[in-house]
Amino acid sequence: MVLLILGLIAVATTRRAWPAFADEGMRFFTTTRWAPNAEVFGSLPFVYGTVVTAVIALVLAVPVSVGIALFLSDVAPRRLRRPVSSLVDLLAAIPSVVYGLWGVIVLAPWITGVYDRISDITSPVPVLSTLFAGPSTGRGLFTAGIILALMVTPIITSITREVFDTVPAMAKEAAYALGSTRWEMIRAAVFPHSRAGMIGAVMLGLGRAMGETIAAALVIGSSARITAQLFGSGDSMAAVIANEFGESGGLHRAALIGLGVELFALTILVNVIARVIIARGRRHA
Amino acid sequence: MSDQAMSSALLGSISPGRRLRNRIAMGSIWLCVLVAAVPLAFVITYLVQRGAGIVDLSFLTDDIPISSRLRGPGMGPAILGTLLTTGAATAMAVPLGVLAAVYLNEYGGKGRLAATIRFLSDVMAGVPSIVMGLFIYTVWVLRFGQTGFAGALALACLMLPIVIRSAETALQLVPSELREASAALGARTSRTILTVVLPAALPGVLSGALLAVARAAGETAPLLFTIGTVTSSNPQLFEGTNTALSAQIFVNARQPFEGAIDRAWGAALTLIVLVFVLTAVARLVARRFTVR
Repeated sequence: MVLLILGLIAVATTRRAWPAFADEGMRFFTTTRWAPNAEVFGSLPFVYGTVVTAVIALVLAVPVSVGIALFLSDVAPRRLRRPVSSLVDLLAAIPSVVYGLWGVIVLAPWITGVYDRISDITSPVPVLSTLFAGPSTGRGLFTAGIILALMVTPIITSITREVFDTVPAMAKEAAYALGSTRWEMIRAAVFPHSRAGMIGAVMLGLGRAMGETIAAALVIGSSARITAQLFGSGDSMAAVIANEFGESGGLHRAALIGLGVELFALTILVNVIARVIIARGRRHA
Repeated sequence: MSDQAMSSALLGSISPGRRLRNRIAMGSIWLCVLVAAVPLAFVITYLVQRGAGIVDLSFLTDDIPISSRLRGPGMGPAILGTLLTTGAATAMAVPLGVLAAVYLNEYGGKGRLAATIRFLSDVMAGVPSIVMGLFIYTVWVLRFGQTGFAGALALACLMLPIVIRSAETALQLVPSELREASAALGARTSRTILTVVLPAALPGVLSGALLAVARAAGETAPLLFTIGTVTSSNPQLFEGTNTALSAQIFVNARQPFEGAIDRAWGAALTLIVLVFVLTAVARLVARRFTVR
């Protein structure tokens, strides 16, 4: 049944997207101009936006998630464990559209000031001055990254925590017995044991961040371009589908479905790799 | 010995550098928890603050204003739509998912087919929700038009892997002695499953299903192209377009008008309350009936 659905998804969507693929050929995947009015469809800006926002999200979310997971598995006093783990569940329970709403109405206007200050500070530094160039409207790649980070944190946390919990108590006690501080124990016993699982968790987070639609659609700023300015607006594959689908027709719609196929393939790839890594890690454990 | 005393006794011989590094690491771990808690607190505060003034009885029951410029209440159709589509999705995904889980755990075991299905269902859980929406759009909406049922189909596709996973975990927790006892009394496998295993696993299955429902109720992307929109209530699942809370939040949040933004906050608060109630019930069910 599941197999059937997955297969059907691939076949049905590809068929509807075919006019766009046929019209653009490989250019669909390799060119950067997206102009629905001129019927020119190059999907690269969206791939770029998807990857950049997902990477920003991971850079922000991974350290925090690993920290929370360590807190829950090894650091927290017993009575704090339950409240903190429900806090993580709560983060996961908030629908993405609510994060989007908060992002576009509360976060974006507020963070513009922060961005401006950062770009003032970094303007004399060569590379950073392009990365953090202003002025910004508050809606852009980095804001999307922040919102996505909030959304992938619970996923990465819960999986890494599961992995940390499988570290044999004996290994931990052995580390303590050798005189380790708690941090040294974590580095010597917990991390080496959990490496595969942690990588898998990060990959799953990546898959989720790439496919996340609604929050990104609201805060990313919607402009089909490849830019090094992280505070500027961009667009991601999922976001552009959500934003343009309603008013599209003909070849434009086919191209959007084509984007969906591309996104599907990308996320499947990431997820398969993640699952394989996790499964292999479990076997070693 | 208290924790404090023990660590000072043990740390007595540890060099200041190592002790400092340990302090810094522990400090950053505590900081991580704070970093996650702060935005959550902000989101919830704003939600309650902006939403509370808007949600009242007429907000929950009135029609949606025809022009998004208008101020004033009305999310009734969206609430009905959310309940309708999510309900229909549940009716499809939960039985199917539980059946799949029964197969995986009771019949498939460690076989190759079961492993493949398990793997694929994990992969399916990672398919972006918007792709599910596109999928239902291409196979269903193009033929039968936008209806609440099309939205329900998309949501069901999304729920299925979650239900399978949680139901399988619940079934795994049923002690195998129960199955063996039933088999020893001469019951066939199918009868054992129906009368012994499923009742024992029911709380776990139920709470997993409720979590999937909560997830589906909050989803927007799969609904965008599948259910269309309406401004007055449409109680029919198979006829005509419909709408949902999540879709209304998305649409209204993109408007520059104050009335629309207000409605978005109100709808968001309603949705969150709905989702939290479902989640809380799921946890309660899970805790009350946990088999020890």
